[in-house]
Amino acid sequence: MKFGIVVYPGSNCDMDCYSALSTILKTNVDLIWHKDDPTDKYDCLILPGGFSFGDYLRSGAIARFSKISESIYAHAKRGGLILGICNGFQILTEMKLLPGALTRNSNLKFICKDVYLRVENINTPFTNKIKKNSVLMLPIAHHDGAYFIDEDGLKKLEDENRIIFRYCDKNGQVNIENNPNGSISNIAGVINKEGNILGLMPHPERACENILGGTDGKLIFESIINTM
Amino acid sequence: MIVKVIVTPKKGVLNPEGKTIENSLKMLGYGSLQNVKSGRYFELYFGKENKDKIEDITREICTKLLANTVIEDFTYTIEG
Repeated sequence: MKFGIVVYPGSNCDMDCYSALSTILKTNVDLIWHKDDPTDKYDCLILPGGFSFGDYLRSGAIARFSKISESIYAHAKRGGLILGICNGFQILTEMKLLPGALTRNSNLKFICKDVYLRVENINTPFTNKIKKNSVLMLPIAHHDGAYFIDEDGLKKLEDENRIIFRYCDKNGQVNIENNPNGSISNIAGVINKEGNILGLMPHPERACENILGGTDGKLIFESIINTM
Repeated sequence: MIVKVIVTPKKGVLNPEGKTIENSLKMLGYGSLQNVKSGRYFELYFGKENKDKIEDITREICTKLLANTVIEDFTYTIEG
């Protein structure tokens, strides 16, 4: 099992991912510069959090056109796993590898706090080690995390069980009070139709050690490792 | 030739920046104001070129980069 973490100018969660995967999960992991061509030696690519290209124009809009995008598309096409975290999720929507878009938080503030997530679907490469009806606690840290998709798109996601995480309270109740950013239907993470690409706004790599407040993030990485 | 592009959020997409500006303007006394939509403005400078070609290039630039057509609409005017 080999992970590759794509690093863009302005990515700042790449080292957190690297640390979690190499020292906690003890897997093989490389950092891949956005101008490199990683060929096909990775099982799972991670697009980490941060402010790639300064979030200029729109978050992820410019990262989409990096040289490495060609490799990412090829990796996706042959069924390789891709995990987009925060800015990575934004990049995946700009690349059209995931539907919808991430927009400015409804209260216009940068939000940095722990949130609860209801796991909606445990039959994915990213959630298969998570027990049914689980509620995870993961940190969020973003300014543009409000997920938007049109009515038809939302229906499709729901019908195809592709909403993977929803913001909720600690008991798993999904409601507006526990929606931190105005995301439609409290959506925190979605998967593509083929089931190999997941994007989520919360940071699992920051929840792999108790000293940081919790270890629920490990379950996502363990699921990926279990898949391979 | 100058192409002036305006990118705005689509109908139905939350525009919290616009809403905040609207609230501020109402607080300043502009009670007749009904709504504010905020967006982005770009100026693209080209050399002398066939107008149709500039239109094609502009549409391509807008759909490819300047606007995220999932959540934004764009309009443009060509001068010169």
